[in-house]
Amino acid sequence: MKLTGSAILIECLKREGVDTLFGYPGGVVLGLYDHLHQQNDIRHVLCRHEQGAIHMAEGYARSTGRVGTALVTSGPGATNTITGLWDALMDSVPLVVFTGQVPTSLIGNDAFQEADIIGTSLSCTKYNFLVKRVEDLARTIKEAYYIAASGRPGPVLIDLPKDVTFATTEFSYPDSVYLRSYNPTIRGNKGQIKKAATAIRRARRPVLYTGGGVVSSGASAELHRLAELIRCPVTNTLMGLGGFRGSDPAFLGMLGMHGTYRANMAMYESDLVIAVGVRFDDRVTGKVDEFIPNAKIIHVDIDPTSIRKNIQVDIPIVGDVKHVLADLIGILEEADGPLFDTAERETWEARIAEMEAAHPLGYKTSSQSIKPQQVIEKIYELTQGNAIVSTDVGQHQMFTAQYYKFENGRDWLTSGGLGTMGYGFPAALGAQAAHPDRLVITVSGDGSIQMNIQELATAVINELPVKVIILNNHYLGMVRQWQQLFYNEHYSHSYLAATPDFVKLAEAYGAVGLRATRPEELEAVLLEAFRVKKPVFVDVQVDPSENVYPMVPAGKANFQMVFSDPDDAHPVPVPDRIPGQAPAKKSPARASAEASAATPADFRD
Amino acid sequence: MVHILSLKVENRAGTLSRIAGLFSARGFNIDSLTVAPTEDPSVSSMTIVTHGDDVVIEQITKQLNKLIDVIKVVDTMGRDYVQRETALIKIHTRVEDRAEALRVVDIFRARVVDSSRNSYTVEVTGDSDKIDAMINLLRPLGVKELVRTGKVALAREGTRC
Repeated sequence: MKLTGSAILIECLKREGVDTLFGYPGGVVLGLYDHLHQQNDIRHVLCRHEQGAIHMAEGYARSTGRVGTALVTSGPGATNTITGLWDALMDSVPLVVFTGQVPTSLIGNDAFQEADIIGTSLSCTKYNFLVKRVEDLARTIKEAYYIAASGRPGPVLIDLPKDVTFATTEFSYPDSVYLRSYNPTIRGNKGQIKKAATAIRRARRPVLYTGGGVVSSGASAELHRLAELIRCPVTNTLMGLGGFRGSDPAFLGMLGMHGTYRANMAMYESDLVIAVGVRFDDRVTGKVDEFIPNAKIIHVDIDPTSIRKNIQVDIPIVGDVKHVLADLIGILEEADGPLFDTAERETWEARIAEMEAAHPLGYKTSSQSIKPQQVIEKIYELTQGNAIVSTDVGQHQMFTAQYYKFENGRDWLTSGGLGTMGYGFPAALGAQAAHPDRLVITVSGDGSIQMNIQELATAVINELPVKVIILNNHYLGMVRQWQQLFYNEHYSHSYLAATPDFVKLAEAYGAVGLRATRPEELEAVLLEAFRVKKPVFVDVQVDPSENVYPMVPAGKANFQMVFSDPDDAHPVPVPDRIPGQAPAKKSPARASAEASAATPADFRD
Repeated sequence: MVHILSLKVENRAGTLSRIAGLFSARGFNIDSLTVAPTEDPSVSSMTIVTHGDDVVIEQITKQLNKLIDVIKVVDTMGRDYVQRETALIKIHTRVEDRAEALRVVDIFRARVVDSSRNSYTVEVTGDSDKIDAMINLLRPLGVKELVRTGKVALAREGTRC
């Protein structure tokens, strides 16, 4: 039977098992939208900005392990997805993004809403396709889903000229894909895995350092088995949180710039680092030369370019983490004799306990103000790690990574590589669309949430009851922290003077707005937010002077962590505006002083 | 260290952009790059001359292999291979220099492919050192213009690649 390009696209999506599409219509994709209108198999979630759509697709993909799909129009619709494409590329999120394109006859003519999205997205997609003939469409879609999901996952873009969506051809969907130039290595090299097993049996102070690859390949069970088998402590990267249970006694916490002291020091003092599904990111290593000076390194990753990119390793193993770990476990289980010396392990664990005792994660509570860390601890206490949690980027992201104990990597949605403010809320909406019965929480800041805040409408209309907890300190907190510590307390453009009243804003959209300003209100407000079957914005007024610690200052080695504000730190200037109310009236002299030079003193009463 | 990478790539729109984009995005160097069709119309061959230390060359090779349009990458370093380059050189030819010019052409087994009252255009093929040497000898006569194709390279038969 002959079908139009639009009908073929819908048919292919069904064959790929796509149940949800995040998108926004426009001129050249109207044919596609006409077909969407005539079917009920695929749910279309209408976003309010294409960046929202692509982050929703990311949240959907990360929380389900399936490929996320977005559909946008040409020109600005397509270019609005670029940030999300980069985000997905850096964090290995499988996506297929369909962009409309002007008719083939107009390509290159600077037509209305024409953008060279193939050229623009070359560097931020795993692969991209321009479909010029309707005969190529079905095969292209099959290849796109295969490329997105296999190997190291990533975003794939398909550019669809308008005439291709109207042209007709005989439809047949290929059963399989063969790409002669694309064969990801799944099984690790047996010889290398044996070497790794030998190194593990010789190790006295091993550490498992694991990342997003464990989550992507679904290797949590193998990781837990390996850690138990060789009695080895585990640290996670930001992207790897939940890959190993946060509540497990062998878990050291996150490592790196805002990692725990014991995680960084255990790495530093270890004699064998088993790096699994990680890429030795600069936020993890700190000063590379002094990162893990004494350890032999085993590095398992599916992406050969991750190996020896940032650091030299001793035993590289290219392969899918799940398969490599299973093979490694098999070899270790069959080995004669013990896999480790119990006394040595006890010594090592005692040493790590000392590290923990020296500098545990912590903060000072106050009866006057809510501490941001306290909010995360409270969320964890109330949810017991059973929620899907997304974040935006900044202090609140690090607090969440430090204080929420993730039980499952797919419950943790954050923008790790690109660090995209505006990721969290739409990502949570995507996750909620895939998991309608689960509690989905976004932890955000008053800065981040204002990027993509328009998706509140999407949440309300599509009945996606995401709970957005805004840690509101009226600052770009992480920027302010760096300015305080490294830029002589010059708070240049980090104070968000006109933060909206988030409660009224939520209500204006038809969502629920709640506010907590005092520590004793926090629990009740959070419980109310979790109880309501609607999207909720919770404006939590937190202490603006709180900094994320511990911290490895930029350019320093991980063992040079700092744990608190310097002794000579001045208090952070507190804005003279009560949230949710009109700004205090100012004398003309004061107003002009503020206009001329926004120094911290101007914010003080 | 200079390396010659010999690639087989999909003959598709955008392949060259992807490869060139990879080099610029990651700060790798391209000294020369040639693309040409092969006996299979769906495959192009590409020869990239680049330089960097071992770590950089390893990354370049891995990153190229990761590109979906790249079918195969061979680093000719340490292998037996044939490399050739062609140059067209337009030289000034005053009457008194013509004999010298033709002598150089002869020594290098080059050919004069165009001549005018004031110039010869010479075609020369060989490895890059040979072309460099010939240009050096012709320079005193006055080189007006020159174009080089960049290297192409193939592994010799009988060596594994």
